[in-house]
Amino acid sequence: MGDFSAQDLMAIGAMQGFAGLSFFSVLLLMALGLAIIYGQMRVINMAHGEFMVIGAYTTYMLSGLVSSHAPWAMEFYIFLAIPASFLTAFLFGLFIEMVMIRHLYHRPLDTLLATWGLALIMQQIFRSTFGAREVSVSLPDWLQGSWRPTPMIDIPISGLSIMVLTLFVTVGVLWFMYRSRWGLRVRCTMASREMSGAVGINTKWVDRITFAVGCGIAGIAGAAFTTISSTGPTSGTLYIVDTFLVVVFGGAGSIMGTVASSFVIAQGQSLLEFFIGSSMAKVATLLTIIVILMIRPQGLFASKVRR
Amino acid sequence: MNNLLSMILGKRGLGGVLILAALILVVLPALMGIDELNLAGRYLSFAFVAVGLVMAWGYGGVLSLGQGIFFGIGGYAMAMFLKLEASDPESTSIQTTPGIPDFMDWNQITALPWFWEPFNSLVFTLFAILTLPALFAWIIGTAMFKRRVSGVYFAIITQAIVVILTILIIGQQGLTGGVNGITDLRTLKGWDIRTDEALFILYYVNAVLLIGAVLLGMWILSTKYGRILIAMRDREDRVRFSGYDVANFKVFVFCVAALMSGIGGAMFTLQVGFMSPSIIGIVPSIEFVIFAAVGGRLSLLGAVYGALLVSYARTMVAEAYPQLWLFVIGGVFIAVVMFAPYGLAGLYNKYLQPRVDGFMSRFRKPEAPVSKTLDAPTTESTEVQR
Repeated sequence: MGDFSAQDLMAIGAMQGFAGLSFFSVLLLMALGLAIIYGQMRVINMAHGEFMVIGAYTTYMLSGLVSSHAPWAMEFYIFLAIPASFLTAFLFGLFIEMVMIRHLYHRPLDTLLATWGLALIMQQIFRSTFGAREVSVSLPDWLQGSWRPTPMIDIPISGLSIMVLTLFVTVGVLWFMYRSRWGLRVRCTMASREMSGAVGINTKWVDRITFAVGCGIAGIAGAAFTTISSTGPTSGTLYIVDTFLVVVFGGAGSIMGTVASSFVIAQGQSLLEFFIGSSMAKVATLLTIIVILMIRPQGLFASKVRR
Repeated sequence: MNNLLSMILGKRGLGGVLILAALILVVLPALMGIDELNLAGRYLSFAFVAVGLVMAWGYGGVLSLGQGIFFGIGGYAMAMFLKLEASDPESTSIQTTPGIPDFMDWNQITALPWFWEPFNSLVFTLFAILTLPALFAWIIGTAMFKRRVSGVYFAIITQAIVVILTILIIGQQGLTGGVNGITDLRTLKGWDIRTDEALFILYYVNAVLLIGAVLLGMWILSTKYGRILIAMRDREDRVRFSGYDVANFKVFVFCVAALMSGIGGAMFTLQVGFMSPSIIGIVPSIEFVIFAAVGGRLSLLGAVYGALLVSYARTMVAEAYPQLWLFVIGGVFIAVVMFAPYGLAGLYNKYLQPRVDGFMSRFRKPEAPVSKTLDAPTTESTEVQR
């Protein structure tokens, strides 16, 4: 590190920190969906990355549609793309829950395997439909610029927008979980499925909606993903291990834990990346998480629910 | 020892093992040309991992999505030895530094790294193949199970370890051969492993070792330890409260699975002539689980058939319709998990075995009902598993 002056280090810190924040945003959006699904019904959804890709392809199709039929709307289509991605992934998640997941509750390891099979099928569907090559969306002009507070620091607007989006989604999820009727039912079912059923909560529908919402949030992550990277059929698998570690590290079922752990992981990895290269940074981060999980298997914020 | 033998051969399992032995030792070599036999041998080297997974996952309840780690350690250990033998100073004299593997030379490495040195010795290599995977499994297992990390968490963490390992191998190209792996392996102590005759012999070595692994598994499961393992899988708390240290049992079964995978990896390298990270990544590691799931997670023999069938299906489907393969394997995986959790062996036990038994009993005296696999008594009891 000796070659860098203090000012350089500051600038590097700021820019890598910011790159980390973009990564943090996508990771958090992915992990939020996974966390509420896992927290709610102890189901591990290995196809979560593919739900993200669904969102990304929805955005891609919408951008194609808008640019060919309504070029004047290009500036704003992204606002349409986010709900559209959510809805597509939501509906598909609902469908998957009905045909597959609900038969596998109480067999968590089996859900993990079955959803892996689903992930393989979805990847091939993407490949057959959109081709094996990565596609990218045409971003509106206002998303492409960058903000330069000092000559050495260069912050892309798209990253900033993703962060704003993530903030909204996180607040939305917190509201959904802790302030809405649905959230009450969800938390109730998490605490005790039998009692919730006894007091008249339709736990099956709670499961179904929670799963679908989790998938929908992955869809939003996909929409955000298109602005920072191009999308391919296997884009989702690259994130899935990271996302799981985020959820496990944060303490399953705890939303604040998920936020904290995705922040730590994304920032740590992003800063290390500059000094030891991206692959070694990844190794170091994963190793650290595993070691911490050995010391504290319940994760950073353990939910104090008796099981 | 006599007692032990009668345990393996007497009550159960013998029929199934004999059929499997006849198939892979007599039928396949008789029907196949050497290239096809080599392919079958490659699939049978995957079967080691599947057999190990039946032990760890089916009986121990320890689902590892990271068996590629151990397959890789065994395979790379063998590959390192063969590579060192292939890169003697004469045949590598055009390199800047003769006597080191070619990929090191390409990556401007001028001396053999320290951890390559011991692999000059065949004895050490064999020792490493038998101990390193188990040692690594012991470290992972102790660290995890003593802290009561299990189930889904364990699966995810093993997967993360696979990711770490592949990134390391690909990233450290000069030390490991990178994404291409260790290729161009020719001789084992001067014995050319690429001739038809050698491939034939290696196939037999592999097949005999595999049957040995199955028998080892059956023996372990027939002991008291096997009973405790099953009890632990179904009701961990009760076993713990009965005074057993549950973690030790899990660590042991995980080590056994790792040992088997390591042997499989070494046999893979010998028969195929290379080792690369694409054989041990996330996807192959899960494929091993698919083998075990399709064959039947409670059937050591089923795992072998699962590995053979799925691998052959892949070769055939992927050659004819490359796009179709992921649909097929994904669909099969979902179907097996949802509708036939005990795989082919489970289906056999449920539908075919009563008929076979009925058929056999017509010819035999009624006192000898043949029970083909270990599954029959345990399948029922796991039906009620949480």
